[in-house]
Amino acid sequence: MNSVAFIVIAIFTLAAGLAAATLQKLMHAALSFAVTFVGIAAFFFLLGAEFVGLVQVFVYIGAVAVLIVFTILLTRRDVEKDRGFNWSGAFIAIAVFGGLIWAILKTQSLSVAAPEIPALTVKRIGEVLMTNYVWPLQCVGLLLTAALVGALILVMEEKQ
Amino acid sequence: MSAALDQIFVSGKQWLLSWLAGAPDWVIQIASSLINIFALLGVFLTLFALMSVLERKILGRIQNRYGPNRVGPFGLFQPIADGIKMLIKEDIVPARADKIVHFLAPVLIAATAILALGIIPYGRGMTPFTIDGGILFFFAVGSTTELAVFMAGWGSNNKFSMLGAMRAIAQMISYELPLIITVLPVVMVVGSLMPNTIVAAQGGYALGFVPRWFVFTPWGATAFILFFVSGLVESNRTPFDVPEGESEIVAGHMTEYSGFKYATFFMAEYIGMFAITGLATTLFLGGWHAPIRMLEFIPSYVWFFAKLSTLLLVYVWLRGTLPRTRVDQIMNFAWKFMLPMAFTCIVAAAVWHYAGRGPAGWLWSLAVIAAVYFTLSILLDTRRKFAPRTYRFAE
Repeated sequence: MNSVAFIVIAIFTLAAGLAAATLQKLMHAALSFAVTFVGIAAFFFLLGAEFVGLVQVFVYIGAVAVLIVFTILLTRRDVEKDRGFNWSGAFIAIAVFGGLIWAILKTQSLSVAAPEIPALTVKRIGEVLMTNYVWPLQCVGLLLTAALVGALILVMEEKQ
Repeated sequence: MSAALDQIFVSGKQWLLSWLAGAPDWVIQIASSLINIFALLGVFLTLFALMSVLERKILGRIQNRYGPNRVGPFGLFQPIADGIKMLIKEDIVPARADKIVHFLAPVLIAATAILALGIIPYGRGMTPFTIDGGILFFFAVGSTTELAVFMAGWGSNNKFSMLGAMRAIAQMISYELPLIITVLPVVMVVGSLMPNTIVAAQGGYALGFVPRWFVFTPWGATAFILFFVSGLVESNRTPFDVPEGESEIVAGHMTEYSGFKYATFFMAEYIGMFAITGLATTLFLGGWHAPIRMLEFIPSYVWFFAKLSTLLLVYVWLRGTLPRTRVDQIMNFAWKFMLPMAFTCIVAAAVWHYAGRGPAGWLWSLAVIAAVYFTLSILLDTRRKFAPRTYRFAE
């Protein structure tokens, strides 16, 4: 059953990703991108990583997709121009894909059976975040606060 | 007797599943989920129909008129008439609209609204879907609504729709912050994101008669009020219904929708309202627990729906009483008052916890909240500062 679910979700995600890359209207591409995020969240659920899946939906659909959509809305006017095939983009995509495949095939751990890990609960993630990884967490928090204050200052400038 | 009545729906589901005995595991799993889904839809769509007529009745009472009274006894069959009317209306799609996005927006908004209902415990052992991070699921699904509203506004290709969607998203993002932060103290005190555990932690009685609901602690009461107001904004209800302010922007993001698609938006708004009040009941009002020990023989789901209906009545009452606020007032309120108060709730809950969760903690957390409240009231006082209005973008 899991493999059937995997194939269905994989086709769904790939189709949405392809649509995001090829659709003419930029807004449609952005919305398909959001659908891709749903597919990736479904993968996390399938792997039993509920927390990561939920955060994926929360952050990427609730925040990142809305941000992308708003950026397009507020900045672009000429959204329906056909720019032809982007050769350099295709080259970079193939290079990244090839590099990833090479790296994956080189790893030794692929052949090793996955170790028995206890069910990953939200509680455990919270405990680890607050003990072992408290410094990275604080740094990210500081960075985000700085970004927020910076955005506020950018907006306030026009008052003078 | 009362225990059997309490578990009547759970045992009913088991009886239905016993018909499938011997079938493979995954068939039983799917059947079990389907029963949950149909029960949820049945209960909440009926509640929606009932609510739509009751709301008009109560609003009529508040505004000194009759309300619907033509169809059936006391106008109770009005929702059926409304449904038939909506179904046979012409479905108009603007010529310049983005057909697919225009069609998908009501589908997405209704789907997300119904999904959020799935994690709420409606009675003892009556949670449709138990997820480890249930509360997180609720907000993750809820945050998708913003995208649906945007799709409705943008797909209609109409300036009123777009303005309405922008207003809706702006206020939804602003109020999502206090909404989520007011949930944090409860999660901190209970130590779990599972709605079942949160309800279980509110069982029992302090001093022998006060139920241990979080709303009876100072931080809980403050968080509950903040949560309730944020919930009002999230479901776009009066006095925060500027996204569909009909005197300015026709009907906001729903301007270009007619017939059944409009009904779907309407339904999603009400289902969202049920979900947010249901979560408020679960988090602060003790879920399905009875308020007095003597009344514990009444089934748990009756208590849950009694609390839910009380909160819904307050929603209708507010709609009948308060005028609509301005956009800038809503935003100022969110960022200058709601957010600091929500953070204070976290501090107050921590103080309550470390002071031993007893009367001493009660007084200390009350002191923390009162101090911040009065400081904010002094800082935000605008009574003496009324100046001639200045317009920044219009000369």
